[in-house]
Amino acid sequence: MSLDKATVAHIATLARIKIPDSDLEHLAGELSQILGWIEQLGEVDTTGVEPMTGVVQMDLPRRADVVTDGNIRDKVLANAPEPAHGFFTVPKVVE
Amino acid sequence: MAALTDLTMAAALDALSKGEFSARELTEAHIAAVEAARPLNAFITETPDRALAMAEASDTRRRNGEASPMEGLPIAIKDLFCTEGVLTTAGSHILDGFTPPYESTVTTNLWRAGAVMLGKVNMDEFAMGSSNMTSYYGKVENPWRRKGNNRPLVPGGSSGGSATAVAARVALGATGTDTGGSIRQPAAFCGIVGLKPTYGRCSRWGIVAFASSLDQAGPMTRTVRDAAIMLGAMAGHDPKDSTSVNRPVPDYKAALTGDIRGLKVGIPTEYRVDGMPAEIERLWAQGIEWLKAAGAEPVEISLPHTKYALPTYYIIAPAEASSNLARYDGVRFGLREPGDSLDAMYEATRAAGFGTEVKRRVLIGTYVLSAGYYDAYYLKAQRLRSLIARDFTQAFEDVDVILTPSTPNTAFAAGEKMDDPVAMYLNDVFTVPVNLAGLPGISVPAGLSEDGLPLGLQLIGRAFDEETVLKVGEVLETAANFTARPGHQSA
Repeated sequence: MSLDKATVAHIATLARIKIPDSDLEHLAGELSQILGWIEQLGEVDTTGVEPMTGVVQMDLPRRADVVTDGNIRDKVLANAPEPAHGFFTVPKVVE
Repeated sequence: MAALTDLTMAAALDALSKGEFSARELTEAHIAAVEAARPLNAFITETPDRALAMAEASDTRRRNGEASPMEGLPIAIKDLFCTEGVLTTAGSHILDGFTPPYESTVTTNLWRAGAVMLGKVNMDEFAMGSSNMTSYYGKVENPWRRKGNNRPLVPGGSSGGSATAVAARVALGATGTDTGGSIRQPAAFCGIVGLKPTYGRCSRWGIVAFASSLDQAGPMTRTVRDAAIMLGAMAGHDPKDSTSVNRPVPDYKAALTGDIRGLKVGIPTEYRVDGMPAEIERLWAQGIEWLKAAGAEPVEISLPHTKYALPTYYIIAPAEASSNLARYDGVRFGLREPGDSLDAMYEATRAAGFGTEVKRRVLIGTYVLSAGYYDAYYLKAQRLRSLIARDFTQAFEDVDVILTPSTPNTAFAAGEKMDDPVAMYLNDVFTVPVNLAGLPGISVPAGLSEDGLPLGLQLIGRAFDEETVLKVGEVLETAANFTARPGHQSA
């Protein structure tokens, strides 16, 4: 599998990482090399093999549906780059 | 008596209990060692004031007869563990200024056990790397040098700062995390012991996530006994991590009986990889002889899907990372770069905040999870993961533990292997399968290469059988009698 510049630009948009046009060519080459190496997995017949999602053989634990935390607004906001009036802020999204 | 910074944890505990010195004196000696080792760049944040306060509190507890299993021992914490009120960076620019308002479960357990925090140690950015070259805070130097050559070497990664701090006699031990070899490979490169426990043994809560189905915290120490002491303090069930396993933590020290008679040790044929240096082959053969001399029985085994472990890993780990790292959006913590729109702000922040290797993996992960490619890559890798895990399950029907080299090479020079991502990934060829299967693995320093660098042997155990891994590890350690010292050490 060889990735072209347009595909890399599309992935970068999906991943929300700005990549300058001048870097796309180089990155396409690197990612294609990695994917080419990965493609040896195609040699293995995995028909009928269950996909493994985790290694711990156990049921997901449950807990009582009760409030165990809260009233720590200032702690939650303490690391925000631009908090205002007790909220996180983002650039304007509604015109 | 040996210098305070040269003691093992076990010896320091013994001397503390006899009143030969106080935790404060032990901590002061280590704080001086941290300062003297600054050229190695092992620490991102030093916390001497906190260390002294913790040491004094420890001395008080000891006077009151309340000594815990790691009472008064100064250690370093990988900067991936959230520490309340202390900068936590994950080696990344994007976490600029992040000061967690909470403490990770593993570090909480360590402080409850009486340990003292010297500071937060350097690492590859978001634990992605095998050289510690990807840290935003600069490369870490291995305290070892090649014989007759002064060129700086990498400590391995991602827990490179941890390995350097322990090897250079700056900390008695350090926490590491291991997603594909990040504890065992730097331990091998720096001539120390590194243990990756079974997935689920140590809580992941409060550890910055890389690949959640693979990440596991573990101890990095100078002896196997110290690893047993430290794992006992780190491990345990945590309701805040849904994959943390609720089973009792054994007394790992009690497993160190030295008696491995009759134990079956698997030697996997597929780990004889092309191009492996002859000296690593020889060390592996020597390891087999040592265990045989102690009464164990070597058994040739086959792990047929070994060669597919690395490519499988390089689908699963980046896929999980691309999802985990979506949280770094410039809104709730860390770096923010301005943008005209919300998306422009996200894109600018993540472009400025992530380094080259992190971007590469997030892009690969995004691609293999994207519409049209999910089945071909991600689902395929999950099926391969089943086969790799099944190889181990079948092998452990016949053997009790598996012996392999830890790494296919010794520490390399800073800057080598940087142009070829795949060449860098090959560092983890012997360690990655263990993470995919969720098993415990330890690297024990077992010898020196011809040019004077440490070499490690790896033992892999059944799930939750850290006791056998530690027991056999100690037998290897005794036989190898690894007494060589790195050039840079505080003592």
